[in-house]
Amino acid sequence: MSTTNVTEGYEMVIGLEVHCQLKTRSKLFSAASAQFGDAPNANTDAVCLGLPGALPVLNKHAILLATRASLGLECTVHEVSVFARKHYFYPDLPKGYQISQFDRPLATGGKVVIGTHADGSEKYIGITRVHVEEDAGKSVHDRFPGYSAIDLNRAGTPLIEIVSEPDIRSAADAGLYLRALKQIIEYTDVSDASMEEGSLRVDVNISARPVGHQAFGTRTEIKNLNSFSGVERSIEIEFARHCSVLRSGGVIEQRTMLWDGHKGEVRPARAKEGSHDYRYFPEPDLPPLVLSPAWIQEQRETLAELPAAKRTRFVSQYGLSNHDVEQLTATVALADQFEAVAAASGNAKRAANWMLGVVLAAVKVQGGDVTSHPVSVARLGALIKLEESGAVSNTAAKQIFAILEREDAEPSAIAEREGLLQVSDDSALVAWIDEVLAEMPEEAARFIAGEKKLQGVLVGAVMKKSKGSADPKKVNQLLGSRIG
Amino acid sequence: MSAEALLSRPAADVAADIVAGRVPRDAALDASLAAMDAANAGPDGLNAVLWTDTPGARADAAALSLDTGDLPLAGIPVAVKDNIATRTMPTTCGSKILEGYVSPFEATVIAKLRAAGAVLPMKTNMDEFAMGSSTENSAWGITRHPLDHTRVPGGSSGGSAAVVAAGVTRIALGSETGGSVRQPAAFCGIVGVKPTYGRVSRHGLVAFASSLDQVGVFGQSVDDAALGLQVIAGADPLDSTSVSVPVPDYRASRESGGDKPLDGVVVGLPEEYWPDSLDARMRELLDRAVQRLIALGADVRKVSLPHTSLAIPVYYIVAPAEASSNLARFDGVRYGLRVEGDGLRGMYEATRSQGFGPEVTRRILLGTYVLSAGYYDAYYKRAMAVRRLIGDDFTKVFASGVHVLFTPTTPTTAFVAGSKKDPYEMYMSDIFTATANLAGVPAMSQPIGRIDGLPVGGQLLASHFDEATMFRVAYALERALGGEAHS
Repeated sequence: MSTTNVTEGYEMVIGLEVHCQLKTRSKLFSAASAQFGDAPNANTDAVCLGLPGALPVLNKHAILLATRASLGLECTVHEVSVFARKHYFYPDLPKGYQISQFDRPLATGGKVVIGTHADGSEKYIGITRVHVEEDAGKSVHDRFPGYSAIDLNRAGTPLIEIVSEPDIRSAADAGLYLRALKQIIEYTDVSDASMEEGSLRVDVNISARPVGHQAFGTRTEIKNLNSFSGVERSIEIEFARHCSVLRSGGVIEQRTMLWDGHKGEVRPARAKEGSHDYRYFPEPDLPPLVLSPAWIQEQRETLAELPAAKRTRFVSQYGLSNHDVEQLTATVALADQFEAVAAASGNAKRAANWMLGVVLAAVKVQGGDVTSHPVSVARLGALIKLEESGAVSNTAAKQIFAILEREDAEPSAIAEREGLLQVSDDSALVAWIDEVLAEMPEEAARFIAGEKKLQGVLVGAVMKKSKGSADPKKVNQLLGSRIG
Repeated sequence: MSAEALLSRPAADVAADIVAGRVPRDAALDASLAAMDAANAGPDGLNAVLWTDTPGARADAAALSLDTGDLPLAGIPVAVKDNIATRTMPTTCGSKILEGYVSPFEATVIAKLRAAGAVLPMKTNMDEFAMGSSTENSAWGITRHPLDHTRVPGGSSGGSAAVVAAGVTRIALGSETGGSVRQPAAFCGIVGVKPTYGRVSRHGLVAFASSLDQVGVFGQSVDDAALGLQVIAGADPLDSTSVSVPVPDYRASRESGGDKPLDGVVVGLPEEYWPDSLDARMRELLDRAVQRLIALGADVRKVSLPHTSLAIPVYYIVAPAEASSNLARFDGVRYGLRVEGDGLRGMYEATRSQGFGPEVTRRILLGTYVLSAGYYDAYYKRAMAVRRLIGDDFTKVFASGVHVLFTPTTPTTAFVAGSKKDPYEMYMSDIFTATANLAGVPAMSQPIGRIDGLPVGGQLLASHFDEATMFRVAYALERALGGEAHS
């Protein structure tokens, strides 16, 4: 039975839970370093080890970042939120509970725009809530035979959990949502948001229902996802499984599934969940988190420009196409670099072409990102100006760019040194034209007799003879005057 | 000066003499260590002291900078309850699950004591994890009442109360969750103070019930206790529930003389604390104290705290709930006792069932139950709502112009060890003390007389952060009662 047949007549209902590790130097409730990649248990202290008598002290910077993320997701940030203890026993959870937020989260009621509907209205996914919590440590099961090892470096690092409404109806929309969400998180600069490094983690809640039905089906949760494409593929596979079970009159069991990226399959987690009783209650070691309206407003006002706003501005301010703007705003770094180059060159359209063409290609070859590329904004701006003035051809400009990658010098100086300045001096051009006409007597005769389509061939020959330095416009003019 | 003479003088005076060089810096410590050896050890000893650090205490005494520091406790030995983290001695909370555990960091109150010049030669016995009212629930054996070895000293801070009552130290730290300083102070005939919730840092106090816990102070006199609290009070960045309210001079009224030192002070007698069932001889002693208060110029009036009878039921939901959470960390993974079992779950079960005693186990089960899905609203949530009503009672009565309340501290004198087999009966010995923890208000017990040789305590309660007025009344009453307080 093929997938398309199985799923026909069913609709998927998906909500995503996304955990983002906030970019703080220290942990959520102690001064221990939140640094990633250090020796096991190097970054621990009494609080993250859960020693008797240790008390949590809230990291205010984490709250600032969480607030900014919430504002970026268009949520209402609450003046009062409450930390709560979530209990379960596991060796990498030192206190036997995780400090999280439960019935009074930091923020609620936001949205992420993922496109436009056919009627031009916004297509978006609702955000139910954003809450702040501490991470658990890591259990290492394969390092010491017969034992599990615990690394508590990650224990207590600050996270936000972003819970979406069950608004997502396709794997593709889940992907769009995650990419837009990641972009907002990156724009607000609150997290590295890398799924590969574990600073962004996604759990999928999925259920299926017959098209037209309002009631939700029984959901399963997919965990262990490590890429956006894995999220999309796992959704397709799990949805098909739900449909297949429902179609044959079966019942979906509420449970946790694991994505196996290597085998490309979704399988049930070994331990059945769903019977967990976390026994939440308000964390008595921390007073309610109170944020003043003025402080929240200040965060709103100093929030970085969000992707949607930047796109709108780029279209209106620079007169660029939606397609170009989409690419230029992919990251804050690229967008900023583009704006700097546009200012330095005085020509936004040329700057956009350069950034999306030559520069991105060069960055791809070199590795790193656009800000670490060796050709400075000032040099690139000057180069674009040089090209615009007609002093160098586009081909020559690209050659100069390649030289600038190795050598920091004035583009005009390089052009001169390398003989790349366009020659527009009539006498030099006439001499090259005469030579070409003499070397290609047959084509010359037909061209002069009126066979205009040969002009391109002859111009090419002149350009070649000039090693690219001839001004092609001038060559065309001069050649044209020889006809008849 | 003889050792006994040294121990019979107020701690403040001895510290001043040590600073001035009139008394050797280690004299008080030596006297204390000798008294400890006489009182504590052996089959007839109190078993009040669990761990000692004589070399460390001597070294600290030797290292005191008498010329430079402001040292209100210079050279004064202070006994510390076994649930307050010290680097120099184990911190076991009277539990097998923490046998041999030495904290890598020290409690803020310990740091403050050291900074004030105190020396810390001993840690004292307690009911396991502060759960109990008799110091019979310790994994390290029961502590005996200094005046009658067949009886209990009260609890859970029974070891600290016993060493102060036995004259081993003038000052000791205890902790309160529901009367665990005031009740043993009353039983042992000494002064015991529970400060306002948030007045003293809990950093380093091993948590039992975080929203109720507070470090408390025992003193042989009101002044010893006031001095001790003076040193440890104040906000602490390491405890987010500590509160930044200026700490006044608690000892300001120690010499306020005149005929009527309590002129203008309104003392309320809450009727719920004076039930008809109150022991007649206890009532006589309380009435005598009230007469003294009136004679001192206090305006004494009857008041009501209508939700008082709900305090014990509420306490035995809230405290176990928080305890079940706070004690989850004792899992055998990182420190303390580990008993291997079948797999991870087996290890958890073996460790926790062998590490915790029966009272702790009972309260963890109770607390887990009241926080469980389906029961949370009926128990925990309702208990928290009633807790607010109990707090409102105090707010209203203090807003009506009453400065302090005066009540019995306990319904009975110290009982015979082993006599309270029913946990509920044991819980009722905290009936007059648990309210202050639930409301967060400061309270203290001071001796007001004896029945058949056993001490009786009178309790003072004040509004949030008004320990100063509480001490003012306590100083005056102590002076007015004189020798009657101990007869």
